[in-house]
Amino acid sequence: MIEPGLIYHMLFISATLFFIGVYGFFTRRNLVTMLMSVELILNSVNLNFIAFNKYLWYDKLDGLFFTIFIIAIAAAEAAVAIAIIINLYRSHQSIDVEKAEEMKF
Amino acid sequence: MPNATYITLIILLPLAGFLMLGIFGRKYFKNTSGMIGTTLLFVSTLLALYTAYGYFFEYGKVDGIYQKLVPLKYTWLQFSPGVSIDMGIIIDPISVMMLVVVSFISLMVHIYSLGYMKGDERFPTYYAFLGLFTFSMLGLVISSNIFQIYIFWELVGVSSFLLIGYYYDKPSAVAACKKAFIVTRFADVGFLIGILILSFYSGTLDFNTLIATLTSPESNEYKNAVAVSFLGVSALTWGLVLVFIGGAGKSAMFPLHIWLPDAMEGPTPVSALIHAATMVVAGVFLVARLFPVFAISAPDALSLVGYVGAISALIAAVIACTQTDIKRVLAYSTMSQIGYMMFALGVSKYGGEEGLGYTASMFHLFTHAMFKALLFLGAGAVIHYIHSNEMKDMGGLRKYLPVTHITFLIACLAIAGVPPFAGFFSKEEILLAAFQHNPIIYWIALITSGLTAFYMFRLYFSIFWNKEADQHDAHKSEGGFAMMMPLVLLAIGAAAAGFIPFGHFVSSDGTRLETELHLQFSIAPVALGLAGILIAMWMYKKESTKPDTVAASLSGIYNAAYHKFYIDDIYLFITKKALFNLIGRPAAWIDKNIVDGLVNATGNSTRDISETIKGFQSGKVQQYAIYFLVGIIGLALLFIYFWK
Repeated sequence: MIEPGLIYHMLFISATLFFIGVYGFFTRRNLVTMLMSVELILNSVNLNFIAFNKYLWYDKLDGLFFTIFIIAIAAAEAAVAIAIIINLYRSHQSIDVEKAEEMKF
Repeated sequence: MPNATYITLIILLPLAGFLMLGIFGRKYFKNTSGMIGTTLLFVSTLLALYTAYGYFFEYGKVDGIYQKLVPLKYTWLQFSPGVSIDMGIIIDPISVMMLVVVSFISLMVHIYSLGYMKGDERFPTYYAFLGLFTFSMLGLVISSNIFQIYIFWELVGVSSFLLIGYYYDKPSAVAACKKAFIVTRFADVGFLIGILILSFYSGTLDFNTLIATLTSPESNEYKNAVAVSFLGVSALTWGLVLVFIGGAGKSAMFPLHIWLPDAMEGPTPVSALIHAATMVVAGVFLVARLFPVFAISAPDALSLVGYVGAISALIAAVIACTQTDIKRVLAYSTMSQIGYMMFALGVSKYGGEEGLGYTASMFHLFTHAMFKALLFLGAGAVIHYIHSNEMKDMGGLRKYLPVTHITFLIACLAIAGVPPFAGFFSKEEILLAAFQHNPIIYWIALITSGLTAFYMFRLYFSIFWNKEADQHDAHKSEGGFAMMMPLVLLAIGAAAAGFIPFGHFVSSDGTRLETELHLQFSIAPVALGLAGILIAMWMYKKESTKPDTVAASLSGIYNAAYHKFYIDDIYLFITKKALFNLIGRPAAWIDKNIVDGLVNATGNSTRDISETIKGFQSGKVQQYAIYFLVGIIGLALLFIYFWK
């Protein structure tokens, strides 16, 4: 049994990671960096799951399973995202999202 | 009881012709369409004659009275118990008589058109329209339901519109067909309201039931219809007057006659068929169909019919004396003769000897169909030869058009009421009926018959005598066998139809009516007719200045008549000046500013809103992500603080 107060540290790290990810997602123009930011957000969520599972329902495994799911989905998502990035590069000779804004009104 | 199948065939064959020629004519029957239409109608005519023979001589009579048989009745649209629109066939003396007249005249016109319209670009279309018209007119006369008659009534109007506007590249024809359609349509509104009033009070749309309930003074329906009154006139009378307005529009009665002279823009055979012999008598037929109700329950409405008819007859005869376009003369003459039929109905009573006017009216309808169709077809032959409608271009044609000349003369004698031609007998009966019941109308009719003789022989002498014809058309022939045969057949009809003892077959109550000629009585009209002929001969047989002198000495009335008593101008004034300015312009203003304004405001506001919000759709991924984030934050706040 771990000291319950420690959950706050873990949640702090998770929140920090999340906001770093959000910040990165909004400020970077490079699609690869934005993908990395999304991964950060996902991992912050993973941390949350682990922490709550560990400290609140340590006799259950739901949080762990969710985490594994998310990792798997993140891997798939990365594959799709990279495919998109490659296609974007092929059509625009750039992976700057500001350059790809034809789909508008 | 007759077999309904072949009576239905009479009507459906022309419809089949219309559909076949209308859809496939231009592609497959370019040259044969005339023969197809004529053959179908020939079969129709034979069946109509067979029906007439069967009805009049075999099964029609029960105890000496001709019955109203309904061999076919199919409920088409049921409104409530008892009130339904049926598609049915009614077989009674007038419908059988009309079947024969319409199919026979139509057949003559079909045959004639084979020659007259030969080489026309839209030959199949022409025959398709003729088929449509014949179908509608035959359907009209056998209608067993007042709404059915209205449907066919409108169909007849449409086919008339199509045929008047047949030469659609001629602006005057386009104007004429629009005028005819609008004027008759306007009158038909009255007809429709009349139908609604009559059916509301009688609780039925079926002719036989409607006539039965509205003529029996004991029935509740009758009492209701008489008890309710508007402007001092009972609802029943209003209904019948409104129905008569519809009939007056179709039959070109004053003051709704203005479309008929212009309708002469159509091909001449069409004028013979529609605007002389068949469609324009639809109004007379309608009044005759409802005659028991008019005569028994609403004598006021019937006397209105009488006076409108008499006024139309006189006015049209006066105008006809001054017109120079031969087809227009014939058009006004038609209007005048229909006026005769109308007032003959108007002075008639129901039943027995008193119903002479009814028989006379139908008799005149029958004989008039013969000689007026003949006159128009003859005029068509003349126009075909001369290529002009104006009298001044004609003269001396008797040498070049011998057949036309003789047949035209027979028709003129018939319409002028010279014994023993057909018109004499029917006109005598009408005058006798008028003499017995209404002296004012009798005198009007007598004057009109003198005028009729005058203007018809003015026409005859101007075309066939007067000056010598130019030789420039001498190489042309009179028109082929197709054009001559109808003329001869109709001439036989116009000469001999008067000997049919019409009263034996058609009378107001179905009984046998003996009509006899009173020699003393015939002296006045025949003498007047002969006087008219002699005056016309004196003025027009040789080219002279006499017509101009006479016209000058009657300058006031001549000018008024020449300008058709300014009725067209009055209509133009009322529509262009009054209606357009008082109703048209305000309505246009409301339409432009309020109705359009509302629609435009909706459109504009939608556009403005979308202009302002379209910036959201920027195409930038990160901006979308921001909306997403804001949305998530909003939802989170909602769940945390408000979704307890």
